[in-house]
Amino acid sequence: MARFDPYENNGGTCVAVAGDGYCVVAADTRLSVGYSILSRDQSKISELADKCVLASSGFQGDIKALQKNLAAKELVYEHNHNKKMSCPAMAQLLSNTLYYKRFFPYYTFNVLGGLDSQGKGCVFTYDAVGSYERTGYSAQGTGAKLIMPVLDNQLKSPSPLLLPAQDAVTPLSESDAVDLVKDVFASATERDIYTGDKLEIVVINSSGIHRECIELRKD
Amino acid sequence: MKQKKRNEKGLAVAARRSRLVSELRSGIGGLGFWVNRLPVCGDFSLILICTGAGCRMVGYTDLPTKGGFDFGLCRRNQSLVEKGGLKIPGFLKTGTTIVGLVFKDGVVLGADTRATEGPIVADKNCEKIHFMAPNIYCCGAGTAADTEAVTDMVSSQLQLHRYATGRESRVVTALTLLKSHLFKYQGHVSAALVLGGVDCTGPHLHTVYPHGSTDTLPFATMGSGSLAAMSVFESKYKEGLTREEGIKLVAEAISGGIFNDLGSGSNVDVCVITKGKTEYLRNYLLPNPRTYVSSKGYSFTKGQTEILSTKITQLKPKVEVAEGGDAIAMEE
Repeated sequence: MARFDPYENNGGTCVAVAGDGYCVVAADTRLSVGYSILSRDQSKISELADKCVLASSGFQGDIKALQKNLAAKELVYEHNHNKKMSCPAMAQLLSNTLYYKRFFPYYTFNVLGGLDSQGKGCVFTYDAVGSYERTGYSAQGTGAKLIMPVLDNQLKSPSPLLLPAQDAVTPLSESDAVDLVKDVFASATERDIYTGDKLEIVVINSSGIHRECIELRKD
Repeated sequence: MKQKKRNEKGLAVAARRSRLVSELRSGIGGLGFWVNRLPVCGDFSLILICTGAGCRMVGYTDLPTKGGFDFGLCRRNQSLVEKGGLKIPGFLKTGTTIVGLVFKDGVVLGADTRATEGPIVADKNCEKIHFMAPNIYCCGAGTAADTEAVTDMVSSQLQLHRYATGRESRVVTALTLLKSHLFKYQGHVSAALVLGGVDCTGPHLHTVYPHGSTDTLPFATMGSGSLAAMSVFESKYKEGLTREEGIKLVAEAISGGIFNDLGSGSNVDVCVITKGKTEYLRNYLLPNPRTYVSSKGYSFTKGQTEILSTKITQLKPKVEVAEGGDAIAMEE
């Protein structure tokens, strides 16, 4: 007997890199199911606050629900505290929201990027049930395994696996980091069938949020 | 029964009775090794024990020759997976879009060039159009090893047949050889083929399924991208196409598979077969160049990926005996 399966993996990859005074959040725009493409232009990125951007990959139904849920909670916070949520505050909220559904999880693999209260870049990486950690860079999704080793090698930040935990960002410049992210996505697209079509790059720095799109392979 | 001592490498020098085989199987097989018995030259078969470290040949037995696969170890392998937690090694599938069509003067075959291993692209530019005879080519979808092996085998058989008969090979000969082989293996040889060629009886196009059934068609598609390609054919195919129209239609159909099916991708290969002439157009279209190349380049200097911890273990420990009358430094 075939039971109803509530989940589906719609593929895709998300990456975030934190620098000194900037943060780069990037995700591809392909939505797929099985061997078919449902959309070549579906965004995985959502701006939750003026210094805080969320990128999620996994099951699109849960991604949409989660991002809507967080946006609503952020609005309530703004009304109660008369200010927008900071990135570390949003990080904790996301973790709590995910763990709230511990026994029927959001099938989402999230990466939260932004600037903290000191203006330094911060990246928070999550699993499906809310375990999170502040790091200098992270990748999630179907292409994450292809991308992470390259970031470990090229970003020249202290490895997040080192003990004692070192909270540091990449010494690279913003343009170098963006160039690396583009190249790394082009490479992941070559070898991962679920990644491709278009790459959306969001850069957060002191002057605000700036978006960019580049084409990826469509096969 | 003669028995000689095994030499250091574990080779049994004399022949043993088949009773030893079952002892070996139940004894060593239970320890989580892969035990393979391979039929070799007539009456003998070799016993190979494969572990993670490699294979060891353990003995010879005299058993009657059998054709095909030996399914004797299937139950043991299955129980190892269920209770022992062992994982069966995976296959490389081709994903794939392959097509063929008949035009005025012959047949045109087409294929994409992506080979996948689950969600990862294993080969970005592999060849899926296989040679069978100078006037017959075969596109293959399914497990890559199976399509390669079966087309190579039938190609050799066709060549021997050409020598024996002194005539050009016919497409129906290749078809019969393929379908009887695949039927004999009951679908375990996972090869789905589009076979096309021109012989003295005219142009022919056939599809062959893994279980051994065949169809004879004016246009055909196979593989995970077959629906995308077939939609193009069903819209635009007509009888009596010219060579240029045929090539264009095949390229369009394969492109449909490349862009709409995730299991297919990269480039388009085309093969045009007419009476007396075959043109194999490898990489006829390259519609997927890499979109971004970093102008900075990369340097991978030593120490760039951080070393978290280091532990050095001496493999050959040196033991030194303390200085005495006639002291010798001993090595283990």
